[in-house]
Amino acid sequence: MADSSHGAPGTSVTVATPGRELDEFENPGLPPHRPRLADRDRRAEKRAERQVALLFAISAIGTLLFFVGYFFIPLDQTIERLRLQNLMLGLGTAFAMLGIGVGIVHWAKTLMPDHEVTESRHEIRPENDRQDAEKIVNDILEESGIKRRPLIRNTLLGAALLAPLPAIAIFRDLGPLPGDSLKHTMWDAGVRLTRDPSGTPIRASDVTVGSAFHVIPEGLNEIENKLEEKAKAVVLLMRLDPEELNPSPGRENWGYDGIVAYSKICTHVGCPVALYEQQTHHLLCPCHQSTFDLEQECEVIFGPAARPLPQLPIEVDDEGYLVASSDFQEPVGPSFWERG
Amino acid sequence: MSSSTATTTYTPKTRVGKVTDYVDSRVGGSGIVKEFGRKIFPDHWTFMFGEVALYTFVILLISGTWLTFFYDPSMAETHYEGSYLPLRGVEMSVAYASSLDISFDIRGGLFMRQIHHWAALLFAASVAVHMLRVFFTGAFRRPREFNWVVGCVLLILSLAAGFTGYSLPDDLLSGNGLRIIDGVMKAIPVVGTYLSFFLFGGEFPGTMIIGRLYVLHILLIPAVILLLIGIHLFMVVLHKHSQFAGPGRTNTNVVGYPVGPVYAAKAGGFFFIVFGVLAAIAAAFTINPIWNYGPYDPSPVSAGTQPDWYIGWVDGALRLMPGTLGNNFDFEFMIPFPWGVNALSLNVLIPALVPAAIVFTLMFAWPWIEAWVTKDKREHHLLDRPRNAPSRTAIGVAGITFYCVLWAAASSDLIATHFLVSLNDVTYWLRALVFLGPVLAFMVTRRIALALQRKDREIALHGRETGRIVRLPHGEFIEVHEQVDDYKRYKLTSFDSPEVMVPKPDENGRISRLDKVHGRVSRFFFEDRVAPVTPKELAASHGDHHDEIAGAKDRESIASH
Repeated sequence: MADSSHGAPGTSVTVATPGRELDEFENPGLPPHRPRLADRDRRAEKRAERQVALLFAISAIGTLLFFVGYFFIPLDQTIERLRLQNLMLGLGTAFAMLGIGVGIVHWAKTLMPDHEVTESRHEIRPENDRQDAEKIVNDILEESGIKRRPLIRNTLLGAALLAPLPAIAIFRDLGPLPGDSLKHTMWDAGVRLTRDPSGTPIRASDVTVGSAFHVIPEGLNEIENKLEEKAKAVVLLMRLDPEELNPSPGRENWGYDGIVAYSKICTHVGCPVALYEQQTHHLLCPCHQSTFDLEQECEVIFGPAARPLPQLPIEVDDEGYLVASSDFQEPVGPSFWERG
Repeated sequence: MSSSTATTTYTPKTRVGKVTDYVDSRVGGSGIVKEFGRKIFPDHWTFMFGEVALYTFVILLISGTWLTFFYDPSMAETHYEGSYLPLRGVEMSVAYASSLDISFDIRGGLFMRQIHHWAALLFAASVAVHMLRVFFTGAFRRPREFNWVVGCVLLILSLAAGFTGYSLPDDLLSGNGLRIIDGVMKAIPVVGTYLSFFLFGGEFPGTMIIGRLYVLHILLIPAVILLLIGIHLFMVVLHKHSQFAGPGRTNTNVVGYPVGPVYAAKAGGFFFIVFGVLAAIAAAFTINPIWNYGPYDPSPVSAGTQPDWYIGWVDGALRLMPGTLGNNFDFEFMIPFPWGVNALSLNVLIPALVPAAIVFTLMFAWPWIEAWVTKDKREHHLLDRPRNAPSRTAIGVAGITFYCVLWAAASSDLIATHFLVSLNDVTYWLRALVFLGPVLAFMVTRRIALALQRKDREIALHGRETGRIVRLPHGEFIEVHEQVDDYKRYKLTSFDSPEVMVPKPDENGRISRLDKVHGRVSRFFFEDRVAPVTPKELAASHGDHHDEIAGAKDRESIASH
């Protein structure tokens, strides 16, 4: 191989064929045209014509099918009827479209001329165009005087840099500043733990060993910004054999007789940690499979989360209902910069 | 365009002619017909991916516009009263209720929703496959670099369009998707919490997000896509379409069919085919059955859910990243600053940003990276067969592998449940494969490409194997090879095969560090190469047969039969 033009630097940039000299095969030109059946055989031509017309007719039938589905299949609140109508509308449209599409393509491939044609490419930027353009741009710049009048140029530049700023500033009210809203939830001393979504309170005696409850704070269903509060306050309540819990110093009385409550919002990116493996006492987030171990105060034992689920300190009130002893002691849910 | 003097002499005779003339003499249609009526477009089946993308976008506009007449992007609370009995009386957002109404109470609504969703999936897929075609054939090279960049932006926009639309029904599935976006956004240092509050209009989920995504989805993103498609196609016309090398095709011509009638018929007919196929899919296959998921509520979640395919790889990355290493190291850092402690969640930031940053940076920069490696500044209108650029092809396949491993990771739980293997093991294997897979794919692909090139050489030199085994009079068995014709041989031999560029010392006899790096990269790319057959080699290979081997005459006589 000669290295005449194989990516060597300094090769001139031209649209012309790069130097394919003696050591490359001569371009033999377009292969001879091979006539199709319909080009040679009159009957084949007629057949193709009928096929195309048939395809167009199928399209018309498809459109009719759509109308049958639309007008003659009344919906009756059952999913089966809806499915049937959807099938008729869809197949009707499919036939209507495919009939036209396949018909046209068949027409083009069998009956329209299939001779390949050659056209030459043009230079994208001929040199004399470039020269003309350069002159025009210079004339424009000269006539505008922007080079000769730096005062105008610089003040315009300054003004143009400043002018878009209001367009950015005006988006400021897209939302309030976070403040410390992410650091607090509805939970507080004495707030009852209630079932999600009914809102009925839970007695300690309702929670048998091995069971798990999805819990919301009492009164959540009545407030205005219910979903925002719920997105922070949902809790999982489980009862284990007290022997199996290993509370760290200071957290011994955060549970009640083996009943513990943990935030249900994953510390990874905030999905609900909805799966409880009763046998192993693991909590699993179905979104990204972070796994938390109840026996180790919901430490992460697998997956992408980096922090344990926050625990909600709970106790029992005078009537035997489970209540929070306080809010969470740390922000719940995914991490954020200000979390600290 | 034309002056009035030129049109005075022509008087149309037919009625159609009069109308045409009326319009033409006012808008200059003749010039447009002259320019485009017989414009040549090269034909190849791989050129249709871009067409699919364009057509699915048109179908998206049609079905999407219809959907806007019935969809209400409000997050106000309402109680569902529609036809779907299991959800009667359930509290939900107006957006979700109107999506249910479209599905159950508006005739054809379910069909439109399904064709819209399927078209969105196909749109993103066809954009991606079209880009792969452009990549593997080297169509991004000069002069088409900028059009490649426009295409990259279009890919990102198609993902954005898909995601914003995915969220609009405000069902449980899409709501959890938004929750993940919120969680990722909050992990961004310094501004993350603010970004989240500005996007959601306060705390997640708020009451603003659906309306905002709606405006992005039906106005802003499609408008920009439309604009960029215009620029994209304008540049296609400007550059004229590229074509595969072959007999009759050169770097300075375009060989193909004229727009009128053949190409217009084929391309126009293809629109209806794409539409018809999508309609058939929407008729037969349920997509996104939102009524099964229920309204968004931050507490429940369904297991085994996956995002749409084009977002899956980011979700997979989120799943694969370990939050902790061993017992003592975790990827969330508490950084003490004078004003307090700030949290840096690398366990979220790394998977959410790094793979996408790698893929998109390489994608945008690739035309210039390759031009630097090859130092090739020529215009290229002839496409490479992927095998003839083994290293580029291998890099592309490595990228696809990287993507696919991450995508598979988004199904790690389903892989575990379907194949009855441990979820943890699936994750460990995929973690390893994210790094090993692309390397293996690179090596295997390059070997395959080189092997295919060698096979091409064999065929160009010795012809194709006919399968005819012949025993010669002196007892030797041979398989008769049949020489390929000049056209086929030209196709097999007309490609560039760049060679390693050794760094050359400058006038002071020194080699700059950059040149050294370039030399190494060039060697990495082009050390293993298979040169195309030359006429000299072909002549020599014929000579072998004639002069050296006994029974050559017998061979001759048999081969000519």
